Amino acid sequence: MGPILSAVVAMGGLGLVLSAALGVAAKVFYVYVDPKIGEVADVLPGANCGGCGYAGCTDCAAAMVAGEAAPNACKAGGDSVTQAVAAVLGVSAEAAERDIAKIFCRGAHGVAERKFIYKGITDCRAAALVSGGDKTCTYGCLGLGTCVASCPFGALQMGDDGLPIVNEKLCTGCGTCVTACPRGIPKLVKESQKAATLCSSHDLGKVVKAICSVGCIGCGKCKKACPEKAVTVVKFLSVVDPEKCNGCGKCFEKCPTGIIQSLVA
Amino acid sequence: MGDYLLFMLSAIVINNILLIKFLGVCPFIGVSSSMDSAIGMSAACIFVNVLASSLCWMVQSFVLEPLGLEYIQTLAFIVVIASLVQLVEIVLQKVAPPLYSALGIYLPLITTNCMIFGVAVLNIREERGFIDTVVYAVSTAVGFSMALILLAGIRERFAIARIPKVMQGFPAGLITAGMMGLSFYGLVGLA
Repeated sequence: MGPILSAVVAMGGLGLVLSAALGVAAKVFYVYVDPKIGEVADVLPGANCGGCGYAGCTDCAAAMVAGEAAPNACKAGGDSVTQAVAAVLGVSAEAAERDIAKIFCRGAHGVAERKFIYKGITDCRAAALVSGGDKTCTYGCLGLGTCVASCPFGALQMGDDGLPIVNEKLCTGCGTCVTACPRGIPKLVKESQKAATLCSSHDLGKVVKAICSVGCIGCGKCKKACPEKAVTVVKFLSVVDPEKCNGCGKCFEKCPTGIIQSLVA
Repeated sequence: MGDYLLFMLSAIVINNILLIKFLGVCPFIGVSSSMDSAIGMSAACIFVNVLASSLCWMVQSFVLEPLGLEYIQTLAFIVVIASLVQLVEIVLQKVAPPLYSALGIYLPLITTNCMIFGVAVLNIREERGFIDTVVYAVSTAVGFSMALILLAGIRERFAIARIPKVMQGFPAGLITAGMMGLSFYGLVGLA
């Protein structure tokens, strides 16, 4: 009876001491967690896309409750989520304007030249490592669909011409494709932006002309044509300022390669 | 001092807890798919391993041995480790919130890491003193971290490697782990 008793007493005592320590610690080191964080996290999409800049939806919810992030911080959720978050927090929400991804390359098959035939792994990040990718243009879309695979909302698909197509209804502007692309071809633009130069090449005009029939050659005709002074040319690539552009379309007529285009369908 | 250096080197590299002793294989495969989580897990493991080994050594020396209850060591250590992990989690959340959020989910996961328990038992079996116990706990945990981070570095590259479909994920991870074990086995002759 002795050994059994001492074992029971020792284990019981050990358990008692440890659980007492846990109980005391739970009281002494009690941390108040705002129940609102859970409620806000419930109305967020839960895709953990990271578009808001936080580690995940729960992190974003904590920041929203703490007032560090606005109720419209969730780009992926859009207006309905903003309203739901605002309802939980009891504040009024201004709807944020939606960002959507645009593909800043028009160098489809047959339009942009290729310097060799790539038969490696079907992933742009891998292709970009093989002597700078198979496309002669070092800024152009490699067309293997890394952005398509990365999109958490299924808003991207690969077109027959070797360029990804954005489904604007599904795109939430989370920016996952922007970071997935080794070349930064998809870029986020405001939904209201009216025109953009859909090219990413900073090559000299002469170089672009030789390798791609639609690339921006940085001639600056669009800049001269724009009555609103919304177009600038930065390192041989024209850039449209969405704040100033009113979508008049004068630059579209002047562009020799037709790469500066209307974004309004 | 030279003795300790050899002792630590042996625990970190030559008798690596993961690759030679095969303890803690579950997190080795489970959290080695990305570098960030591997580093988080490593930090949490070093922290808990030292605490758990010291506490288990105390329980063994001051409770179990005087009462002649060495045979319930397993039971006692599991209770100690499980509550210790809980305790550490509660305390960290209050005292060091940045550390708590950095270690995140890995802290509770350690409860089921057999390396922690294994090291505690090994210390008793080898009849080590308290200082030796702490040094051994630090060294094994560093060895664990090293192996985990190495494997994570390799497995991150799997993302763009062409691996046959049947081998993707865990099979390739296990084979890689096996090869790492073999290559570390070559160091056994050193000590």
